[in-house]
Amino acid sequence: MISKDVVEKVAKLSRLHLEEEEIAQYADQLNQILDTMAGLQQIDTDGVAPLAHVLPIENVFREDEVGECFTQETVLANAPEQSNGMFQVPKIV
Amino acid sequence: MTLSRLTIHELHDLLVSKEISATELVQEHLDRIQALDGNVKSYITVTGDLARKQAKAVDAKLAAGETIGMLAGIPMAVKDNMCTEGIPTTCASRMLEGFKPQYSATVVEKLKAEDFVMLGKVNMDEFAMGSTTENSAFFATQNPWNADCVPGGSSGGSAASVAADLAVYSLGSDTGGSIRQPASFCGIVGLKPTYGAVSRFGLIAFASSLDQIGPLAKDVTDTALILNAITGYDKKDSTSADYNYPDYTAALTGDVKGMRIGLPKEYLGEGIDPDVEAQVRAAAAKLEELGAHVEECSLPYTRYAMPAYYLIAPAEASSNLGRYDGVRYGLRAPAEDVAGMFCDTRKKGFGPEVKRRIMLGTYALSSGYYDAYYLKALKVRNLIKQDYDRAFEQYDCLITPTAPTTALRKGNNQDPLALYKSDICTIPTNLAGIPGLSLPYGTDRNGMPIGVQLSGKAFAEPALLRAAYALEQNTNLTRLKPNQGKGL
Repeated sequence: MISKDVVEKVAKLSRLHLEEEEIAQYADQLNQILDTMAGLQQIDTDGVAPLAHVLPIENVFREDEVGECFTQETVLANAPEQSNGMFQVPKIV
Repeated sequence: MTLSRLTIHELHDLLVSKEISATELVQEHLDRIQALDGNVKSYITVTGDLARKQAKAVDAKLAAGETIGMLAGIPMAVKDNMCTEGIPTTCASRMLEGFKPQYSATVVEKLKAEDFVMLGKVNMDEFAMGSTTENSAFFATQNPWNADCVPGGSSGGSAASVAADLAVYSLGSDTGGSIRQPASFCGIVGLKPTYGAVSRFGLIAFASSLDQIGPLAKDVTDTALILNAITGYDKKDSTSADYNYPDYTAALTGDVKGMRIGLPKEYLGEGIDPDVEAQVRAAAAKLEELGAHVEECSLPYTRYAMPAYYLIAPAEASSNLGRYDGVRYGLRAPAEDVAGMFCDTRKKGFGPEVKRRIMLGTYALSSGYYDAYYLKALKVRNLIKQDYDRAFEQYDCLITPTAPTTALRKGNNQDPLALYKSDICTIPTNLAGIPGLSLPYGTDRNGMPIGVQLSGKAFAEPALLRAAYALEQNTNLTRLKPNQGKGL
């Protein structure tokens, strides 16, 4: 059972600012959704490996070579704010 | 002649024989978009000038006597979650409004190399999360068959544009059915290729182990032609499959003699609309009549695919969507400090369904719940894949419904859980990474199109195309058109 406290904690982990009514609504909906997931717990998965990825691919390596690069101007083209060739953000500490 | 109704291969012949020009063809589509897309609302961005320029280049090649490829000069649409250099790419989200990518997705580059003509970027559920396209932050798209119905989702714009003849074909992406379900709702062909067959480089990620780009088209031949152009290994996508990709048109023989086809019982009966079930059985019977061996089979873990998927996909999404923080691109909400900027940007930029999935995924991955939810779901995913492995020892392909119903009504889709259930027939193939094709096969009691799904083992696209082509050539149930009386 997901309480409002848990929803607030998850929202914080998700970096989502939620309004009071959203917290109540999400608690309700997440409980409903997780109820339907409960059936999974009844399946015997002893000895079954988790499958995160379907392809039989191992780590893919490449040579560490300098390739074509974007210019600084191009990289910053979508920046909401920039300063001296850098992404600018509000004060951190 | 109404050029916009024709297929890629029909139009290619007209272009090569110089009966039409690419310029004429693109203009007819742009005029149609102008006239009709105010109702259909399939396009977010129309790139008319670019399309005319691309068409002109094809005409120049033709005038110079050069040979052109099958897709050259054919007007098409791209789902708005694939990056197009310099052209807005929004994912139908406020978060990416105004975002102009610095590069194009590999799949777009591949089509560019084929001299494609891009009409524009089409609508979708925000970040591809949804089954109706009503989760677009901008507007809902209409089903060309019935204005009161949704086109399906999340590639609803991709499906509606093709069904309404506002594009000859389109690209969509499919994480849990997002190509096949809208193709089914709109009466066109849609294919989710094998995971890794089409590069995901430049596809804005939703759930990386499930996402796959694929074609939506007017017939099976067009589907094979598009697949020829877009499949292939890409070193920019480390999950891309290095495989000897065949010429998919070689599968279009019309001959299904000796094919072994399974009809899984878990996809029939309870929860499936009787009209849909009847058409699936009719398609199976038709294949049998044409010489295939059809028998009922079982995939016992099917019912657990939906709950496993709605843990795995949101978990991956919660991680993938962490990048939308207002720092480098997209929306930024003003705030005093950087933590406030993250939280407010994400509050303003994401719609309710995206937030819901981020919350669900974060919860499933969080300390104390990881083993019970996420890890459990991954183990069940393995059991679902093993179901398929066993089935494909016996069968070349499986035949099922694409969706449990035909197109849902608009505006009545607020219950997230009820909507998640509309993906029950398509989700299992994504979990197993195998290909699935939705073929239109007749209509229901209300005249709405029904989709039949063919699925096969990894890289068995030729088997799916072979069976689908045989149905197409031997019935009149697959090339369906919406009622033209409504201005479409």
